Amino acid sequence: MNATGIDLHRVGEIIDFYDCRREALITIMQDIQAEYKYLSADTLELIAQKLDISIAKVYSVATFYENFSLEAKGKYIIKVCNGTACHVRKSQPIYDALREYLGLTGERKTSADQLFTLETVACLGACSLAPAMTVNDEVYAKMTPERAMDLVEELRAKEVAENG
Amino acid sequence: MGKLTREQFGALCAKAKTLLAAEGKQVLVCADTGCVASGSMKVYEYLKEACQKRGIPVRVALKEEAGQEGIHLKKSGCHGFCEIGPLLAIEPLGVLYTHVQVEDCDEIIEKTILGSEIIDRLLYQQNRAYIHRDDIPFYKDQYRLVLKNSGKSDAEDLTEYLALNGYAAFEKALFEMDGAAICKEITDSGLRGRGGGGFPAGRKWESVRKNVADVKYIVCNGDEGDPGAFMDQGVMEGNPHSVIEGMLIAGIATGATEGYIYVRAEYPLAVKRLKIAMTKAEEMGLLGDDILSSGFSFHLHINRGAGAFVCGEGSALTASIEGKRGMPRVKPPRTVDQGLWAKPTVLNNVETFANVPGIILNGAAWYRSIGTENSPGTKTFALTGNVVNTGLVEVPMGTTLRKIIFDIGGGIKDGKKFKSVQIGGPSGGCLTEAHLDVPLDFDSLKKLGAIIGSGGLVVMDEDTCMVEVARFFMAFTQNESCGKCVPCREGTKRMLEILERIVHNEGSLEDLDLLEELAATITETALCGLGQSACKPVVSTLKYFRDEYMAHVVDKHCPHCNGRRKKVVIATELCRGCGKCKGTCPMEAISGEIRKPHVIDSDKCITCGACWGSCPFGAINAIEEG
Repeated sequence: MNATGIDLHRVGEIIDFYDCRREALITIMQDIQAEYKYLSADTLELIAQKLDISIAKVYSVATFYENFSLEAKGKYIIKVCNGTACHVRKSQPIYDALREYLGLTGERKTSADQLFTLETVACLGACSLAPAMTVNDEVYAKMTPERAMDLVEELRAKEVAENG
Repeated sequence: MGKLTREQFGALCAKAKTLLAAEGKQVLVCADTGCVASGSMKVYEYLKEACQKRGIPVRVALKEEAGQEGIHLKKSGCHGFCEIGPLLAIEPLGVLYTHVQVEDCDEIIEKTILGSEIIDRLLYQQNRAYIHRDDIPFYKDQYRLVLKNSGKSDAEDLTEYLALNGYAAFEKALFEMDGAAICKEITDSGLRGRGGGGFPAGRKWESVRKNVADVKYIVCNGDEGDPGAFMDQGVMEGNPHSVIEGMLIAGIATGATEGYIYVRAEYPLAVKRLKIAMTKAEEMGLLGDDILSSGFSFHLHINRGAGAFVCGEGSALTASIEGKRGMPRVKPPRTVDQGLWAKPTVLNNVETFANVPGIILNGAAWYRSIGTENSPGTKTFALTGNVVNTGLVEVPMGTTLRKIIFDIGGGIKDGKKFKSVQIGGPSGGCLTEAHLDVPLDFDSLKKLGAIIGSGGLVVMDEDTCMVEVARFFMAFTQNESCGKCVPCREGTKRMLEILERIVHNEGSLEDLDLLEELAATITETALCGLGQSACKPVVSTLKYFRDEYMAHVVDKHCPHCNGRRKKVVIATELCRGCGKCKGTCPMEAISGEIRKPHVIDSDKCITCGACWGSCPFGAINAIEEG
C-alpha cells in the first residue's frame, strides 16, 4: 500500500486477470476503480507499462469517460440524477441543497471530512420515480431536498457512532 | 451436462411447459430498478421467510419436484407501472397489488396466497378499484410484444423462458433455415432499428451476410444514454434471454460467431441479469461451441460503458469495445463492412434484437399485421415527466401521442394543462398540442422535426419554460460532445452560451437568428448523428414556442421562469408625500409634490425595490400584475 491508498500489487493482479490485453483497458480501469473508487497516477503508469502502451494513451481514455476519476473520492458517492425526467420534476434544488449542506464550493466535489462526494448523472433509468438519486449505487426514489439532507445526516450520524 | 442435442433440447422445453402448466399459485415481485428502489426486494425476502415459517413450500425457480404444492415466488421484470411500485402480481388470479410494503405481506399470504380473497386497499385505484392488471387503463390500451414476458415471468429463470416458447425461434432458425432465408424473413417483416434511426434491420443483416471475412460480429447496443429513456433497461432486466436469442439468430443469419452486448454503466442491474442469463444459456449449451450439436458456435461477451453518451453512436461504441476513446469516425466505411475490429458487424439495439424471435417464430406477415405500413411492429416508450402514470409502455406503431399521454398515461399531473412532449431525447424535438393526433412512426415524426429515437417521452405541463428545456438539452449535448469535430465541439458551446443569455433575459433578437444559423450549420456539418441532431430541441422549440423566446428576449420577463410580473405602487391613502422614495429611485420613476401623494411611472420602474425600503409609512408595495 502506498500513500495514495491503492495497493499496486492488487492492481497488477487485476491487469493480469485480463491477460494484459489492450482491448480490456476500459474494463481493467473499471475493476480497479470499483475497488479503490479512483485511479491514481501510479496506477495509470502501471497499466501503461503492463499493457505496453503509452501513458498518454491510458490517460486519454481515463479522461474521456465520465465514470473515471483521477481524484480520491468520499466514502459515500452521491449521484443526483439530472436526466430530463428528473430535471422537469425539479432535481436541481436537491443538488443545490446537498451542495450547500456539504459545504462544497467551486470545483470541489468531496466534503471536507472525506465522507461524501456529490456528482450528477445523466439518467439512472428510474425516470418514473423522478427525481431520483443514488448513494453508492443504491437508488433512492422520489426525493426532495429535505429527504436528501435527512439521508446524508443519517449517514453522517452513523459514521460518527461507528468511528467516534 | 454433456452436449445437448436438438432432441434433448426439445424434451427439456416440453418438460418446462408441463411444469409451468402444472404450477399453482405464483407470486411475482417486480425486481426492476424502479421497484427495487421502492423496496421490492425487502418484500421478496420477507415473503420467502414468512411462507417458510408457516410451512408453505416456496420455490424460486421452475423445478420438477415442486408439483402444485406451495407457491412459486418469482423476481419478475418490469411491470411497466413503476409509479405505483413496489408491484406484486399473483397468478393465476391475475391480481396486481400496488405500493406493497413488508407490513402488507402477512395479510397477502393469509388472504390471497392461502385463500383467494382480494385485499381492496392494495388494488390500483382510478375512479374505481381494479382487481385484474389487464383491466387497468394503463395496460388496456397497450400491445405488449417485446415486454410480453416482462412482469409475467421470472427474469432469472431460463427454464421458465423455455416454457414460454423461448429459444424456439433460435431452434427453428438453426435447424430449418439458412442465412439467406433468415435475412429475407427479417427484411420482409419490415423490422426497423429501434435505436433511433429506423434503418431496416434486414438490410444490415443481408450486407453482413454477403461480406466475406474470417470473423464477423454481432453487437448489441445497450448504451441507452438518452436521459428520460429506460425501455432497453426494462428489456435487459426483464427479459434478457430474448436479447440473447435475437443475437444468436443474427449470428446464424450472417455467419457471425462472436457477440458483444454493450451496456451503459448506469444500469448495474441490467448487467447482472444479462450475466446470469448468459451463464445459464452457456451451461445449457445454448451459447458456446457447437450449439445443440449443429456445428454453429457463438460466443457472447458483455462490455460495460463508462459514462459517455456518444458511445451510443455505432462507430464510437465499437471503438469503446476495442478499449479506445469512444469517438465516432467518418463513414463510409459503414459498420456492416468495417465495424468492430474493422470486421463486418451487425449493430442493432436491444429492442430490435428482442423483436427478432417473434418474427422468426410467427413470420413476417404476422409482424406486418401490427403497426403501420412503413413502420411495422410495436414500439416501447418510457413515459415520464408531468404525467399521471409514468412508466414503461408498448404500443403498436402508428398510435397517437394523445392515446399514449391521455389514455395510457392518464393525462397531466395535478390537473394542469398539457404544453409539450419531448420525444427522442437530446436528438429529438418538442411537439405541441397540435401534434397529439399524429400517428407515431419513424417517418411521420421526421417530418415534424422530431424523431422516435429510442423512445423517451417526457411530458411537460403548462408551467414549463420551453426555452429552459432547450437550454437543458443543449447543456447535456455540449457536455457530452466528444470534441472530435469542430461544429459540435464549438457550435454547441456557443449555442449554449446564447441560450443561457436568453434564459437570463439578457438575449437579443439577433441571438435568435444566430441560434438558427448555428443550428443549420451544425446539422449540416457535424461528423456523427449525435452532432447532426443536437440542435433539434432548439430548432423545434424556436419553431413551435417562439413566443416564449420572445418573452425572454423582448419582454425580459418569462411568466414561467420569473413568475408573474410585479408592479410597484404607492398607496395614496398612506403616502404623506415626504419625498424619500423619490430621492432613492435610481430610475427617476417617482414623481410628486411635497406633502402630496407620489406616483410611480411603471414604464420607468425596474422593480429594484429601493423605494419600498425607504418609505417610513409602509405605503409602497409590489403587487402582482394581471
